[in-house]
Amino acid sequence: MRKTISYAKWGYIFLIPFVVIYTIFALIPLLETFGFSFLDYTVSQGAVSSIRGGGGDTIVNNGFCGLSNYIKVMKSDGIFNISFRSTVVLWLVGFIPQIVVSLLLASWFTDIRLKLKAQGFFKTVMYMPNVIMASALSVLFFSLFTKSGAIDDLLGGPDLLKNEWGARGVVGFINFLMWYGNTTILLMAAMMGIDTSLYEAAQIDGANPSQVFWQITMPLIKPILAYVLVTSMIGGLQMYDVPYLIGGTQGNPNGVLKTLVSQIQLGKNSSVGAVSALSIIVFIVSAILGFITLKIMDDQSIKTRYGKKKKK
Amino acid sequence: MAQIKKILAGALALCMAGSVLTACGGDNGGSSAGGSTEAGKSEGGSEGGSEGGEAAKTEATPADAASLVNTGKVYNVYCWNTEFKERFEKYYEGAKDTALWDGVTVNWVINPNDGNNYQTKLDEAIKNQGSAADDEKVDLFLVEADYAMKYVNSDACLDVIGEIGITKDDLKDQYKYTQDVMTDSNGTLKGLSWQATPGLFLYNAEYAKQVLGTDDPDEVQAMVSDWDKFAETAQKMKDAGIFMVSGYDDTYRCFSNNASAPWVTDGKITIDPQIKAWVDQTKDYSDKGFNNGTSLWDPAWTAGQKIDGKVFGYFYSTWGIPFCLLPNTLDKSEDDGGKLEEGNGGYGKWRACKGPQSYFWGGTWIVGCYGSDNIAITRDVMLKLTCNADIMAQITENEQDYTNNKAAIKKLIDGGYTNPFLGGQNHLALLSDAAEQIDLTGKVSAYDQGCNEEFQGAMKDYFQGKVDYDTALGNFKTNITTKYGDLTMD
Repeated sequence: MRKTISYAKWGYIFLIPFVVIYTIFALIPLLETFGFSFLDYTVSQGAVSSIRGGGGDTIVNNGFCGLSNYIKVMKSDGIFNISFRSTVVLWLVGFIPQIVVSLLLASWFTDIRLKLKAQGFFKTVMYMPNVIMASALSVLFFSLFTKSGAIDDLLGGPDLLKNEWGARGVVGFINFLMWYGNTTILLMAAMMGIDTSLYEAAQIDGANPSQVFWQITMPLIKPILAYVLVTSMIGGLQMYDVPYLIGGTQGNPNGVLKTLVSQIQLGKNSSVGAVSALSIIVFIVSAILGFITLKIMDDQSIKTRYGKKKKK
Repeated sequence: MAQIKKILAGALALCMAGSVLTACGGDNGGSSAGGSTEAGKSEGGSEGGSEGGEAAKTEATPADAASLVNTGKVYNVYCWNTEFKERFEKYYEGAKDTALWDGVTVNWVINPNDGNNYQTKLDEAIKNQGSAADDEKVDLFLVEADYAMKYVNSDACLDVIGEIGITKDDLKDQYKYTQDVMTDSNGTLKGLSWQATPGLFLYNAEYAKQVLGTDDPDEVQAMVSDWDKFAETAQKMKDAGIFMVSGYDDTYRCFSNNASAPWVTDGKITIDPQIKAWVDQTKDYSDKGFNNGTSLWDPAWTAGQKIDGKVFGYFYSTWGIPFCLLPNTLDKSEDDGGKLEEGNGGYGKWRACKGPQSYFWGGTWIVGCYGSDNIAITRDVMLKLTCNADIMAQITENEQDYTNNKAAIKKLIDGGYTNPFLGGQNHLALLSDAAEQIDLTGKVSAYDQGCNEEFQGAMKDYFQGKVDYDTALGNFKTNITTKYGDLTMD
């Protein structure tokens, strides 16, 4: 006879729906993509599959082709090469202002001396843009900034979207607007977790606000900062809807709005092998960037902090 | 713990290996299995198909109208905008054979055209035609000139004569080119159109009077009768602060539809000299400021169609007048209670002339889909909406569309037709001259939509002076070979 009852099996039972759905809709396609990336596989868009018999299929599968898909997308005019740089630039244009503004707002909101009122209201307002669909925002901004759009007319018709940095700026601004609220709230949560006695001690010692920020706040929010950085970076690499709705398939002007995912979307109905290889590369790049960031962020101060927590 | 890890790792490795194998095997298995079941089915089902194909070579024998299937309860129509739907509701609903439609409802499946979206959705539906439930089978689908070839060369279309039961006599008044496009290499006719799409140059009469001193179509035509004169007039317009055309793509169809070879031959993409001529001309116009630097369908492109839109003219084919120019030029749209009369925006203030080069643009065909369970209805729709002279005449008269029926057009012209939108001009005479000259043979390929869209998009950078021609061409090459992985380009 058992003396204790284990409830662990219920945990696994409740996990079943997730595992099943994840396996069917995410894991299997993922592994299939991995398989496709080694096949010389295209689908003809100039034909329709035969429905009366008599053959004629649109799929051209020449079987295993080694790394040739990878070589094709990585060469100088390959789709990885042309879209990776522009994706990273687009991400940075949005992320740098986002992290600066979020840090600033978060430290103001959590400052023990400022004691800002109506914080709930501001948090809601800041989070608001994130609730709107990215596509809706993009279409709105497109119609504002496009030739003869409201803002374009107001500025005297510079047609910003035709300019490489103008277009990047608009995309970056939309990403900033959508995500700074989210980041601010995450960072606020991290800052509120810091023991206020540390701040009080610093004040007694005569530290100025900038010293407090750089010496106390920053080191102690590093884990959350790393989380924000990694999630944003992975989100950035998968950027698609905003640049696509502003720049179209061609990512105009001059392809600066082409992103990794827009290339996958462009070729998914036809160049199956090549875009599968691209997807796998995106996966690998995300993994590497994630590891690097975590390694850099994961220094001694974090370990001691976690160590302390565990002892409590 | 270590054991669990081992098991997990093993399971993952198995999964991966398994999926790689299934990925390879699945396709071969899938296609061969598909082939055999289809073959089995076609023995019973496609008598009409093989007969029609053979018969067409000698003399087509129309299928017997009474024997056509009509068992479905939902009539599924695949299209990309509401143009056909509007025609269908206004001109077919009243004239339909109610006995055929007893208990049948029509279901519109509308997917936007851009970026091959409509084609992708339609291809998927056609692929599943064999296994779909009866009421989800595609009964009728629409195709556009840019990709009609793709469907004509497939076996998804019903033979208009052999399987749908329309007779040669029914088709006698249609423009021959509209049938040539939809005829495959065996001579089987696969789709019909209610419109012919010769193109014209539509111009703003106010600006014509102001700058050229006349708005008479013949006199204006003389000033734009070839590209040199067109450019001279453009210079005059520019001096008056008006753009000759709105954007880069406006004159595109004048060139692309006079090309000597299609975009794609034997899996290879080539840039025709006519396409290059368009690039050179548009670059020249852009540098000289003859256009307003817009792209097709842009808000700014549309805005130029207002009567004070600072754009002199638009190249439009027949459908462009009712479906684009008219609604775009009104100050108060019909939905808001605006009336179609002079004084409402540009109504009555546009005129048409032939322009520098004859061309066509677009054109929509309706096609019966193999496996449909309402072929009798398809026959009725095709007869009423593409062959019936009275209905065709009504559409032209009320909707400004140019219908695919010589008898109806002739009747209208003889009856003293005038078009109030074009200030009482009889533009049908112009169009019927142009329609006779259209010949699409050897000019269309199955990939035209993607090629046109990507090429215009890539060249935009060149016109704006962002990159040189070779870079723009390189961008086009990368895009198009990704979009169409089965094609190559030098």
